[in-house]
Amino acid sequence: MSTAAVVTGKHAGSLRGARLPKWAPLAIAAVSIALGLGISAAAGLHSKIQWALIAALLHVVGTYGIAARVEGRRQAKDRVATSLVWVAFLLAVVPLASLVWSTVRRGVKVLDLYFLTHSMGVVADSEPGGGIYHAIIGSLEQIGLATLIGAPIGVLTAIYLVEYGRGRLAKSVTFFVDVMTGIPSIVAGLFILSIMLMLDLQPFGFAGSLALAILMMPVVVRSTEEMLKLVPNELREASLALGVPKWRTILKVVLPTSIGGITTGIMLAVARIAGETAPVLLLVFGNPFINNNPFEGAQASLPLYIYQQYSQSAGSPHAFNRAWAASLTLIAFVMILNLAARGIARWKAPKTGR
Amino acid sequence: MAKRIDVSGLTAYYGSHKAIEDISMTIEPRTVTAFIGPSGCGKSTFLRTLNRMHEVTPGGRVEGKVLLDDEDLYGAGVDPVSVRREIGMVFQRPNPFPTMSIFDNVAAGLRLNGMHKKSELQDVVEKSLRGANLWNEVKDRLNKPGAGLSGGQQQRLCIARAIAVEPKVLLMDEPCSALDPISTLAIEDLIGELKERFTIVIVTHNMQQAARVSDRTAFFNLAGVGQPGRLVEIDDTERIFSNPSVQATEDYISGRFG
Amino acid sequence: MDPMDPMDTPTQTADAPPRTLRPSPAEQKRAARGATRPGDRIFLGLSRGSGILLLVIMAAIAVFLTYRAALALSKDDANFLTAFEWNTGLVPPKFGIAVLAFGTVVSSIIAMVIAVPIAVAIALFLTHYAPRRLSGPIAYVIDLLAAVPSIVYGLWGALILVPHMNGLFGWLDDYLGWTGVFSWDQGPPRSMLTVGVLLAIMILPIITNVSREVFRQVPRTHEEAALALGATRWEVVRMAVLPFGRSGVISASMLGLGRALGETMAVATVLSPDFDLHASLLNSGGGTFAQNIASKFSEATEFGRDALIASGLVLFVITLLVNGAARAIIARRKEYSGAHA
Repeated sequence: MSTAAVVTGKHAGSLRGARLPKWAPLAIAAVSIALGLGISAAAGLHSKIQWALIAALLHVVGTYGIAARVEGRRQAKDRVATSLVWVAFLLAVVPLASLVWSTVRRGVKVLDLYFLTHSMGVVADSEPGGGIYHAIIGSLEQIGLATLIGAPIGVLTAIYLVEYGRGRLAKSVTFFVDVMTGIPSIVAGLFILSIMLMLDLQPFGFAGSLALAILMMPVVVRSTEEMLKLVPNELREASLALGVPKWRTILKVVLPTSIGGITTGIMLAVARIAGETAPVLLLVFGNPFINNNPFEGAQASLPLYIYQQYSQSAGSPHAFNRAWAASLTLIAFVMILNLAARGIARWKAPKTGR
Repeated sequence: MAKRIDVSGLTAYYGSHKAIEDISMTIEPRTVTAFIGPSGCGKSTFLRTLNRMHEVTPGGRVEGKVLLDDEDLYGAGVDPVSVRREIGMVFQRPNPFPTMSIFDNVAAGLRLNGMHKKSELQDVVEKSLRGANLWNEVKDRLNKPGAGLSGGQQQRLCIARAIAVEPKVLLMDEPCSALDPISTLAIEDLIGELKERFTIVIVTHNMQQAARVSDRTAFFNLAGVGQPGRLVEIDDTERIFSNPSVQATEDYISGRFG
Repeated sequence: MDPMDPMDTPTQTADAPPRTLRPSPAEQKRAARGATRPGDRIFLGLSRGSGILLLVIMAAIAVFLTYRAALALSKDDANFLTAFEWNTGLVPPKFGIAVLAFGTVVSSIIAMVIAVPIAVAIALFLTHYAPRRLSGPIAYVIDLLAAVPSIVYGLWGALILVPHMNGLFGWLDDYLGWTGVFSWDQGPPRSMLTVGVLLAIMILPIITNVSREVFRQVPRTHEEAALALGATRWEVVRMAVLPFGRSGVISASMLGLGRALGETMAVATVLSPDFDLHASLLNSGGGTFAQNIASKFSEATEFGRDALIASGLVLFVITLLVNGAARAIIARRKEYSGAHA
């Protein structure tokens, strides 16, 4: 191999830069880890983080040093960037994998049919037994009502913005939809709470639905807007040119074309509010008993159940097990919604050219 | 500085699809060679194999040899990055870096190669912009975004950017196809000037353009639908356009197909 | 498709009046809106009504929160902005948000400092470094992870992450304890740093996703331009990808910041709060707006709730400012990258 590698680029007549062999990055990584472990053992350090940090540092310095010697500075920088990007990825995998893994592993302990079909009505938080039936009922009712309010308003607003919206009103709606996207869920909860305080109302399920609907609307508006914008203008014009009034054009041509994407957006929004805890905590309060009526009396909900099992149980392992099992149920529900939404999106995707 | 390119037995794939097959040709230094042929015949793919841009496309790979003055671009231990530094490229659509000023666009390649002194950079940038016949139009707004120029000016900016690093060969992939006739003329004039210093290879759909600017012309064709593209013949441009040795070439040039 | 006569577009109806008859100004105005028939008018009314309802809700949020907050603030015997206590049960009540504001900002900053670089790196990994076969599924999984409810992150943080922080805290205390910021009293690691780390993990998927989308939209021509100049992969990223994606990354980060600022449950489960300012990020204590509301709510009287609403109003204003800043940044960058998006 030519040694002109170091000056590769500017003056070199040769294209042949010296290259590190393909296995070099892995080898450097292995050596760094071994050295990291070795140094830690020699210095009597115990923390996993310490040897990992030493190894990571050695790896970066080693990669840069070796590559700079053999391949030149630019290549060395490239290699360091590559290894950093890989390290970032691996770094992020650890907690996220741990989250999924521990939820599944601990969640399956008490998750069974009994758990899904019983409430906490006669079970103290520190005892085993009990279940999430009341929380599932509460969640479904609150989410359902929130969707009934939030989804139509969101879709109609998006239709207004895309099909009619011009001028100041549309601009301010667009702006405030953006603002609304950023509202923390607890603030939406406080808003409904302030109304309840004025009307002297006690917590009930529908109050939670209202807050969830507020959180849902901007998400639905945004996604529906995107979908409506994908509908080609020629389609609208073709319908209008046949003398079909605009509102029928929207109902019969525009919406059917984009219905898949709109459904996806709504389902993703539902999945998002299904996990909201804070507004439910403020407005629905939680209830160990089954309450089927969302318009009167406190209710439970899945996320709230998780929180209360964790926080009100004084560290009882039974309560923790229930919290994990409820988490697993909630994640499963959200994931199924997500997967179904994506499935619909793919299935109903507007057919383009090919 | 210009170098000769010797291609032998070159075949390129996209995944399992064979795009071009068994192409051999020689491209002399300080000449303009035009590639013509119907759409999909692989002339752009072939051009991109000449500076190893083909392998940037997912699934792209190449068999065969491309010698740049006796050195194989695809030989073991050859760094594609230094290949591309030696063999510059201008694309179909002008693609100045949108976030950079005119000056920075031209200086981009120089900075990569370690030139950081403002005065040096200024000299080379001016020289390159003059070389691309753009200096007089932009000298007062070097710090404005390159994306603010007209299409033709942007393309000349891209040429300036490519020649700033003094490549040995300049590849041009339909450089005028997105431009109006006047800008096209400006680029064609420029090509005539640049061939004093560089070996130029240009892909074009426009046969008049090939006839106007090139010394040699290569005609590519497909053997059939789904078949790889092949080199039909390469010869002096005059001969190709007056008296080609292959019937298919004559058919194409006289507009009987393609 | 044949382009239609543009004159006809607004009133494409079979019985449109002949063009020689001049429509009255009112009719013209209505025609311009596309609402000439009852059906159109009702539909337009409904959809515009929804838009207006959204504005009304936003206004109502501001008005109602301000009203209830004013009720509470009028009786506050301490300085609302600077007091280090939250005693709404006292006569007269004393409460202030200094600790909450500090905690909210500090935990969010920690989260951003950790999450943004890692998220950008992962996004680059997915778009430019990972083997293609790997990047598709990983992106999909990260997409799904963005949907994991925050309470699950909270539970995981409290029961799994907290015990694992002991090692890191000991190490930080050993080597950086002298700074004060990283000194540790060996208490349970339910502190701002743990909260920040958990928030970082939570907002990582969302920032990664948005950044990845942006990086994916970098036109191939820009990348090829850099490649053709003989740029290495990292140089391509620096010359073509990052500049193009900058505004997208900023808005992704702001999105993440908004979440971190307003996150309630993950903080409430992990933090062991108090009402003091702590120089050390490792010692437990402090609090955030959202966490304080969730923790104090169930025992609060009506007045106590008004006080919490007052603190929520401050949080609301802060998130509005962050969002506004994000929009301003994006608008300013638009002249560069927007034209090519």
